[in-house]
Amino acid sequence: MARAVSTQTKVGWTIAAWVIALLIFFPILYTIITSFKSETEAIAGFKLIPSGTLESYAEVQSQSNYFKFFMNSVVISVGSTILALLIAIPAAWSMAFSPTKRTKDILMWMLSTKMMPAVAVLVPMYLIFRDWGLLDSRIGLTVMLMLINLPIVVWMLYTYFREIPGEILEASRMDGATLWGEIVYVLTPMAIPGIASTMLLNIILAWNEAFWTIRLSTTNAAPLTAFIASFSSPQGLFWAKLSAASTLAIAPILIMGWFSQKQLVRGLTFGAVK
Amino acid sequence: MGNITLKQVSKSFGATVIIPKIDLVIEDGEFVVFVGPSGCGKSTLLRLIAGLEDTSGGTINIDGRDVTGEAPAKRKLAMVFQSYALYPHMTVAKNIAFPLKMAGESQASIDKKVQDAARVLNLTNYLERRPGQLSGGQRQRVAIGRAIVRQPSAFLFDEPLSNLDAALRGTMRLEISELHHQLKTTMIYVTHDQVEAMTMADKIVVLNAGNIEQVGSPMELYKTPKNLFVAGFIGSPKMNLITGAPAAKVGATTVGVRPEHLAISKTSGDWKATVGVAEHLGSDTFLHVHSDGVGPLTVRGDGEISVKHGDTIFLTPDPSKLHRFGADGRAI
Repeated sequence: MARAVSTQTKVGWTIAAWVIALLIFFPILYTIITSFKSETEAIAGFKLIPSGTLESYAEVQSQSNYFKFFMNSVVISVGSTILALLIAIPAAWSMAFSPTKRTKDILMWMLSTKMMPAVAVLVPMYLIFRDWGLLDSRIGLTVMLMLINLPIVVWMLYTYFREIPGEILEASRMDGATLWGEIVYVLTPMAIPGIASTMLLNIILAWNEAFWTIRLSTTNAAPLTAFIASFSSPQGLFWAKLSAASTLAIAPILIMGWFSQKQLVRGLTFGAVK
Repeated sequence: MGNITLKQVSKSFGATVIIPKIDLVIEDGEFVVFVGPSGCGKSTLLRLIAGLEDTSGGTINIDGRDVTGEAPAKRKLAMVFQSYALYPHMTVAKNIAFPLKMAGESQASIDKKVQDAARVLNLTNYLERRPGQLSGGQRQRVAIGRAIVRQPSAFLFDEPLSNLDAALRGTMRLEISELHHQLKTTMIYVTHDQVEAMTMADKIVVLNAGNIEQVGSPMELYKTPKNLFVAGFIGSPKMNLITGAPAAKVGATTVGVRPEHLAISKTSGDWKATVGVAEHLGSDTFLHVHSDGVGPLTVRGDGEISVKHGDTIFLTPDPSKLHRFGADGRAI
C-alpha cells in the first residue's frame, strides 16, 4: 500500500539525496575545477572558482600524446568487452535455460575469483606476459581485462536471461520455431536491452581499470589510466596538470555514461524489481 | 481432425511420480476440461500432450499417429498459456503471424489470415500495438489469435483466464465457448475453477494426485459423482458431506447432500439448525448453518429468504437427491 508522504518529508529526502549526490560527485567536480587553475592557484588552498586558464591542458598535450592513450583505452575496453560478451552470452544462456545441479556452484566460483586480491597473482601474471611477449601489447591488456570482467558479465547476463519467461520460449516452440528461429526471432530481440547494458557497464569497468593496465604496459599499449599516472610522480606533484590529465581521461566515459544512464541503471538494477 | 488418445501415459521427475499410468480418449471436436486442485498434475498432463515435457512411459496418439517422441511443433497443436506468453517485442499483427512465418507461408497469405483472426477476435484496431499496450483480456485474445491462425488439430489452454478479473473471466469464458462452436476443433482446457469446467466442457476429466478420478459430462459428474473427491470438488457451493448417525440411517459411511437439495423451513424439518452466516446474493441466499448431530452445513435458498445470524431454521434433505458413499469413499 502506498503511504501518504508529507511535503516536509519529501523536501527533507530531496535535500538529503542532493547532499549525498554532491558528496559523491565532489571529488570529480573539484578535479575538473582544479584543471582550470594555474599551478600556483592549485596549491594555494581550497577555492571553488578557478581563474579559467587552459594552460594545464596545453602543457599536458605538449608533454604527451593524449590521442594515443585515448585510442589504446578505446581499443582495450571495447575489445575486451566484445571478447567477454562472445564467451559470456553462450555461457549465461546455457546456465539460464538448461541449468544443472552445479550451475549455482559454478556461478559462485566465478564470482569468488573477483574476491581474490589482484596483487596476489601479479608476479606470476607478469612473468607469463613477459614469456609470451604480451607485455605492453594491446592484445595482452585486452585479454587481461576480459578475464577480469568475465565473471561480472556472465552474472549480469545470467540474471537478465533468467528474467525472460520460459513460457515465451515454449510458445515459440509450439508455434513451430526451430532452435535457430527461437534464438533469432524471440530470444535475441528480447535480450538485446540486457546485452546492451552489460556491454556499457563492462566498457566503463574496463576503461577505469588501473591496477593491471598500469603494471602491464609502458608506452605502446598504455591507456588513459597510465596517462594519468605518468603525471603524478617524476617532477613532484603538479595538481593542476594532474587534474587536467584526469579530466581528459574521464571525460569520454563521463559523456558516454551520461547519455546511456537509462540503460546503465536498468543493467544495474535488473532483477531487483519485477 | 483432432482425436487424442493417451495409453498408459506416465510422468515422473526423479523419484517423484507426478502422473501414474493414465488412459484417456479425447474425441474429435470435443471440449474437454481437465480440472483438479493445484498440484494434481493437470498442467503436466497438458504439457505432455503438447510435447513440452517428455513422457516417462506410455504413448500419445494424435489422429492415429504416435507422436510420443515428436517435437511440439510437429504435433499440429496450438497452446494458449496462463501468462499469455506473447512476444513483447512484436506488434499484435506480428505475434499472430509468427507461427505462419515459421511455417514459411507467403506474406499475402499471412496478411489475410491475420486479418481474419483479428476480425473474429475484435483485434482489428489493435494490430499495430505491442502486447504491453493492451489490457489483460486483449492480450489473451492475441494469444488465442496466434493459436487460431495455425488451424491446429486441437487447442490446448493452460488456465488461460486465471490472470483476469472476475467480470472479464466471465466474458472470456463465453468467447472461448463461442469460438469452439464456430471452429468445432478439439479443445483441451486446464483449470482449477470448477465453474469454468461445468460451464464450458462437453467432457470433464477430474484429476487428483495425478490420477483420473472420473470422466464424464458436467451433469453426469454433478448428478452421479463416483467418489467423495468428485462429490466435494464439483458443484458450487460444495456438497455437504455428513458422517455419523444421519449417514448410518441411509446405510452409508458418508452421505452427501448438495446445498440446493435441502428444503428450508422456519417451523419444522428433519434437522434443526442455527444460522451462522447468511450471504444474500440477490438471486440466491447461501446459509452457513450448524446443526447438532449433523455438523456444519451450507444451504442454498431463494433470494427472498429473510434469516439472519442466530436464527433457528429446520432443514429437510430431498431423499431422491442423496449421495451415499461407503467406507472406501466410493459411491454406493
